[in-house]
Amino acid sequence: MARKILLEHIDVPGINTYDVYRSKGGYASVEKALKTMNPQDVVEEVKKSGLRGRGGAGFPTGMKWSFLAKPEGVPSYLVCNADESEPGTFKDRYLMEYLPHLLIEGMITSSYALGANTSYIYIRGEYFYLVRILEKAISEAYANGWLGKNILGTNYSLDLYVHPGAGAYICGEETALLESLEGKRGNPRIKPPFPAIAGLYGCPTVVNNVETIAAVVPIINMTGDEYAKIGIGRSAGTKLISASGHIKKPGVYEIEMGITVEDFIYSDEYCGGILNDKKLKAVVAGGSSVPILPADLILTTANGEKRLMSYESLADGGFATGTMLGSGGFIVMDESTSIVQNLHTFARFYHHESCGQCSPCREGTGWMEKIIHKILDGHGTLEDIDLLWDIQRKIEGNTICPLGDAAAWPVASAIRHFRHEFEEFVKNPSAQREVKYYFHCNNIDTAAAYSSI
Amino acid sequence: MSELKEVRFSAESEDLIQNLIKRYPEGKQKSALIPALHIAQAEYDGWLSVPVMDKIAEILNIKPIEVYEVASFYSMFNLNPVGKCLIEVCRTSSCWLRGANDVVAHIEKRLGIKDGETTPDGKFTLKTVECLGSCGTAPMLQIGEHFHENLTLENVDELINKYKTETSHSKYLDGSTFRKY
Ligand SMILES: Cc1cc2nc3c(=O)[nH]c(=O)nc-3n(C[C@H](O)[C@H](O)[C@H](O)COP(=O)(O)O)c2cc1C
Ligand code: SF4
Ligand code: FES
Repeated sequence: MARKILLEHIDVPGINTYDVYRSKGGYASVEKALKTMNPQDVVEEVKKSGLRGRGGAGFPTGMKWSFLAKPEGVPSYLVCNADESEPGTFKDRYLMEYLPHLLIEGMITSSYALGANTSYIYIRGEYFYLVRILEKAISEAYANGWLGKNILGTNYSLDLYVHPGAGAYICGEETALLESLEGKRGNPRIKPPFPAIAGLYGCPTVVNNVETIAAVVPIINMTGDEYAKIGIGRSAGTKLISASGHIKKPGVYEIEMGITVEDFIYSDEYCGGILNDKKLKAVVAGGSSVPILPADLILTTANGEKRLMSYESLADGGFATGTMLGSGGFIVMDESTSIVQNLHTFARFYHHESCGQCSPCREGTGWMEKIIHKILDGHGTLEDIDLLWDIQRKIEGNTICPLGDAAAWPVASAIRHFRHEFEEFVKNPSAQREVKYYFHCNNIDTAAAYSSI
Repeated sequence: MSELKEVRFSAESEDLIQNLIKRYPEGKQKSALIPALHIAQAEYDGWLSVPVMDKIAEILNIKPIEVYEVASFYSMFNLNPVGKCLIEVCRTSSCWLRGANDVVAHIEKRLGIKDGETTPDGKFTLKTVECLGSCGTAPMLQIGEHFHENLTLENVDELINKYKTETSHSKYLDGSTFRKY
């Protein structure tokens, strides 16, 4: 079922350069859209394709585009979300590094559909080497007449700019991103108004993920109806999955939605199985924010059906026994992993990244990190586990932006599925601490690492 | 307090900031703040002093407080001096699963400093950071704009040896990173 659409030409040498990209049919979607379609037709094709946002929330892209307000005399903007900071996610980086022109082509076709004459790619500051790559590709696109005034002799003009952030996960949240792009702290805005009504500089704005915008290119080329046939049910198309952790072949894989999770983890085409042939313990399937699932529940649903790589199947069972596709950041843990220690890295992350605007998130993330740290340190009590549960419940749903929920869910799911590990840590902390990470890594000589400490 | 020297950016930096301002609509020059701070930090030894931030405020025609509040929000801006080589090691889940703690412990031992500290000779600063989008090639660290991935302790030693003799500060960007409009 391997099906490459976005990554069709990934192995062609020099595909990151304009000439090679163009020789492989690059920029055809711009020609087709600008010469044979009006903007509304492009929006319709994207609607028909069933494409859903690849940034994490999975909102239907065509519908989002049709919400864009079009008041007279006010500019509208398309902003590409290349902030990619969700732990476990590195697909946008891959796409931009190896196929920068695919993103630029998608930006032009999408901007045309939205009537935007200025568009921005907001990229996380740590990816400065990608700013260099994108800027070079944009220069090539300008030089060949795909950007600038009167593209292809039509009356459509577009300027495209790259804008770096400076290290803040929260700037991936779309309204925080817009604040940041305006030169401010990345504090999420209270919604409504949504960006489609009042976004960048108060003007109607669409924010889309890198992969979403890239997918517009094949959709326009093959038509929305054809794209909708790929995948399974409401999970149309292909998805880039960033696979990491204890697997033989970490990396970015394009999958047709609907393959089984088991196939994804064990087949040689994808992850190639668990590192050192150990047993699978747990998976975080969609980036750090989604609930962690133990091996049995990630491989089969509570009803005993094989779980599939799709929005619906991963969510089957709700949070009691399911999870979410999220950003597609697929983190695999083998049998020797300490779930509590792993959770500590997530809790520390969310505490560090909370913007601090709402008390439940600002205080709650700090409390959760400290309590988990206390348990790891050997001072935990059984009541602490209940306290953790209580805190995460009080954060969820009570904050301005979904970062609060994202911080709560990993804690809730770890306790829900692995409560016994917390209890073991409390009862016998020193034995638990022996279960260390040292035995996992391929690269590092663990004996040397031990003796160096 | 260090002495308040007058801050003068190089012609190249000044020109680049002016060029960046053109990317945003008339009157929205504040949008250039984050890129401008990166340029300033690259020119002024990898950190942002108050006079440097004040100069950026002047160039962008905004209040100094608008610069301070942004500089203090984002983790890539350093408000205190850092070593010539700033080593940023990812410590989040995927890297942790593949040995990030060993990397940190090894660097701490080699350099005789803890997370967040600078060596007395001012050569190295160690900073642990959150996921840098390199989870499939974990463990990893970043120095300036460069990602060093699939680390082994030998790689880490090689990097330390290489940067020991480096005389200029590690940078995220230089004059050739941005396209001129
Ligand atoms: C805390 C937080 C972080 C986010 N980070 C990202 C991100 O790095 N990249 C991204 O595309 N979307 C991210 N999102 C989702 C965006 O808010 C938004 O839904 C997305 O960019 C919309 O694009 P899409 O519809 O194409 O997915 C984040 C959301 C939250 C709440
Ligand atoms: S939920 Fe957290 S990150 Fe989001 S606005 Fe509130 S404090 Fe900020
Ligand atoms: S977890 Fe280290 S780069 Fe993602």
